[in-house]
Amino acid sequence: MSKTASITGGSAFRFGLLLLAMPLLLWLFLLVILPHMDLFLVSMRERISYGKYEFSLINYIEFFAEPLYWNTYVRTAVMSIFATILTLVIGFPVSYYIAKVMRGKGKNALFLMCLIPFWVSELVRTFGWMILLRESGVISNFLQWAGIADGPVEMLYNDAAIMVGLVYTSMLFMVVPLVSVLDSLDDSLIEAGYDLGGNAFTVTRDIVIPHAMPGIASGCIVVFMLTLGNYLTPNLLGGKDSLWFTEQIYTQFITRFNWESGSAFGFLLLILSSAIVWIGLKLSKQTLSETVG
Amino acid sequence: MADQFDLECRNVVKTFDDFTAVNDISLAIPKGSFFSILGPSGCGKTTLLRMLAGFQAPTSGDILIKGASVLGVPPNRRPVNMVFQHLALFPMMNVAENVAYGLKRRGVDKATITQKVNETLARVGLPDAGPKQISQLSGGQKQRIAIARCLVLDPAVLLLDEPLGALDLKLREHMKVELKQLQHEIGTTFVYITHDQSEALVMSDQVAVMNAGRFEQVGAPQDLYYNPKTAFVAGFVGESNRWHGTVEGGDDHKIEINLASGGKVIAKRDGQTNLVTGQGVDVFVRPEAIAIDGTEGADNSLSAKVDNVLFNGAASSLQVRELVTGHEMTVALPQTGAFASVKAGDEIRLSWSVEQTRCFASTEGGAGA
Ligand SMILES: Nc1ncnc2c1ncn2[C@@H]1O[C@H](COP(=O)(O)OP(=O)(O)OP(=O)(O)O)[C@@H](O)[C@H]1O
Ligand SMILES: [Mg+2]
Repeated sequence: MSKTASITGGSAFRFGLLLLAMPLLLWLFLLVILPHMDLFLVSMRERISYGKYEFSLINYIEFFAEPLYWNTYVRTAVMSIFATILTLVIGFPVSYYIAKVMRGKGKNALFLMCLIPFWVSELVRTFGWMILLRESGVISNFLQWAGIADGPVEMLYNDAAIMVGLVYTSMLFMVVPLVSVLDSLDDSLIEAGYDLGGNAFTVTRDIVIPHAMPGIASGCIVVFMLTLGNYLTPNLLGGKDSLWFTEQIYTQFITRFNWESGSAFGFLLLILSSAIVWIGLKLSKQTLSETVG
Repeated sequence: MADQFDLECRNVVKTFDDFTAVNDISLAIPKGSFFSILGPSGCGKTTLLRMLAGFQAPTSGDILIKGASVLGVPPNRRPVNMVFQHLALFPMMNVAENVAYGLKRRGVDKATITQKVNETLARVGLPDAGPKQISQLSGGQKQRIAIARCLVLDPAVLLLDEPLGALDLKLREHMKVELKQLQHEIGTTFVYITHDQSEALVMSDQVAVMNAGRFEQVGAPQDLYYNPKTAFVAGFVGESNRWHGTVEGGDDHKIEINLASGGKVIAKRDGQTNLVTGQGVDVFVRPEAIAIDGTEGADNSLSAKVDNVLFNGAASSLQVRELVTGHEMTVALPQTGAFASVKAGDEIRLSWSVEQTRCFASTEGGAGA
C-alpha cells in the first residue's frame, strides 16, 4: 500500500479492503475465535448439579493432580518433537535430492511420488501400515518365511510403530516447504562454497541450512502441530497403550461426557503447541512472519 | 618450461550428449597475465571456465595448473578461484565473513584471518565494509567483495565469468579500469570471460576469440583489431562494414572482388593463397578507415548519400547509403571536427585503401545479401 493510494483512495479503498478480507475475517471469527472462547469459558466452570454451573479452576487442578494426565501430556509433547526431528532428518536429504540433484522429468516424478500417498485418506494409509506390521502381517510372514523368526512377530502397538506412522503421515508437509526453499537457493552459492575450499559438510552447514532455515522452521511447525493433534495414527498403531493426549480429550468429551474437563485439556494442548512453537522459533532465531511469508 | 604457464589446456573437448559445447581448445596462459575469452552468448565460455574451476570434467583433453594436471582434482582442492557470473556472495554472512570463508576452510588461525581480511578489503578499496550485510552493498561494491573473497586465498589463477555483466554502463566503464589496475598491482593471473569486446580489448594482455566452441584467434587486442584472421573475428571485434562478394582476380598482394550488391573493391590478400577466382568472400572495412571526400586516386572509392548523423562526441558517425547499389554503411566522423556540418541528405564521396580492406572466404559458401 503506497502512501498516495491511501490518500487519494481514502475510505473507499479501505472499505474495499474490508470487503475483500471479509471471508477471512468471518472464518477466523466463526471457526477459530468463537469456539476457542467457548472452550475457554466451558473449561472454567464446574457442574454443581443438572444445568447448574459455577466458576471454578477444578478442571485444571484435576489435570495436575492426576499423574496419568500430565504424563500423557509430556509424553505426547516429547514424542511429537521427536517425530518432527525425525521427519526433518529424513525429509531434508530427500528434499535436497529433489530440488538440487534431480533435473527435469525425474524431479517432477520424484516429487509426485512423495505426493501420491496423500491421495488416499489418512485412515487408509494407517491401515496400510497395520497390514504390514501386525502379527499376521506381511513383514511378520516374510520373516518367518525367510527363517529369521520362529513364530509370528507383533510389530504393532508400540512406540516405534507410532513413530513410523507419524513420520510417514507428516513427510509431505516437511518436503513441500523444504523443496521450495531449496529450489530458491542459487546453485552458484553452493559451487562458490566448494570453490572456496568447503566440503559437503561445511557447505551444507554454512550455506544450505542457513538458507533453508525459514523452510525448515515452517515445515517443523506444521509437522509438529499435525503430530501433536493427531488422533488416528497413534490410536490405531499404538493401540490401547498409545497414551496420546488427544485420546484423553476424546475420552473426556465422548466417553465420560465431561465437557468441562475436555475443554480444559483442549486448552492445555493449545498452550503446549503454542509454547513449543515459540521456543522453537526463538532457538532457531526465526520469526513467525518470516516463516509464513 | 611448462611451469612458466600458470594454466594450460591441451585439446580440451566437452560434449553434452551429442552437442559439442567446447571443441578442441588448447591454450597456455603465462604467469601474471590478463587473459580474456571473448565470444557471443552460448559459445561455450562458461563451460570452459567451469572445467578450469573443476565443476565439470572435460570429455577429453588435459588441464594443467602450474604444470601439473588437475584432472580429477575437485574444485575445493584446485589452486584456482572463481568469481561467478552473478557473484554468488553468501547472503547469510556479512562482508568480513564472506571474505574470511575460504581462509576458515583452510584452518587458518583467527588472528591471521582478521588481518588478511582487513588487508584484502583495503586492497579493493573497501576497508570499512567488513561488518556490512551483503544486501547493503552497491553493485560495484559487491563486485569488489566477490573479487576480494577469492584474492584473499592467493590463487594461482583467478577465473572471472562476466563479472561486470550485471552492472550499469557507467559503473562497468569504471570497474573495467579498476580491475585492470588491480590485476596489475597484485600480479595474479586473471582469466576473464566476456561477450563485451570493449571489456576484453581494454583490459587484456591476450584475448581469445571464441565461437561455437572453438578459438578463432588468440592474440593481443591490437592484433585482433588490426589483423583479424577469420571473418568471425573481423565481424565480432570492433565495428565493421561488411559486404559479400566473389573473387574476380588479383595478384599476390591484392584481390579484386565483385560485390553481390554491385560494384567492385580491392582487398589485401594477406597471404590467403586459398582465395581463388569465383570464390565467395566476406569483405570488411572499419568505419574509421574510410575517408570522407578523400583524394581521387584512392584504391577504393564510391559515392554515398547521408541517411543519418549519429552524434556521439568523439565517437560520432554517419549512416550512409551507397548511391548506386543502396548498400548501407557506417563511416566514422573525424575527431578533428571537420565535416561537422554534414547533414542527412548530403552526398559525399568515400574512399579507403587496399591495406584497410580485408576479405575472408565466406562461411556461407556463396554470396548472400
Ligand atoms: N549441463 C549442460 N547440459 C547440456 N547443455 C549444456 C549444459 N551446459 C551448457 N550447455 C550448452 O552449452 C552451450 C554453451 O553454454 P555456455 O554456458 O558455456 O555458454 P556461454 O558462452 O557461457 O554463454 P553466455 O555468454 O550466455 O553465458 C550452450 O548451448 C548450452 O546450451
Ligand atoms: Mg556464461
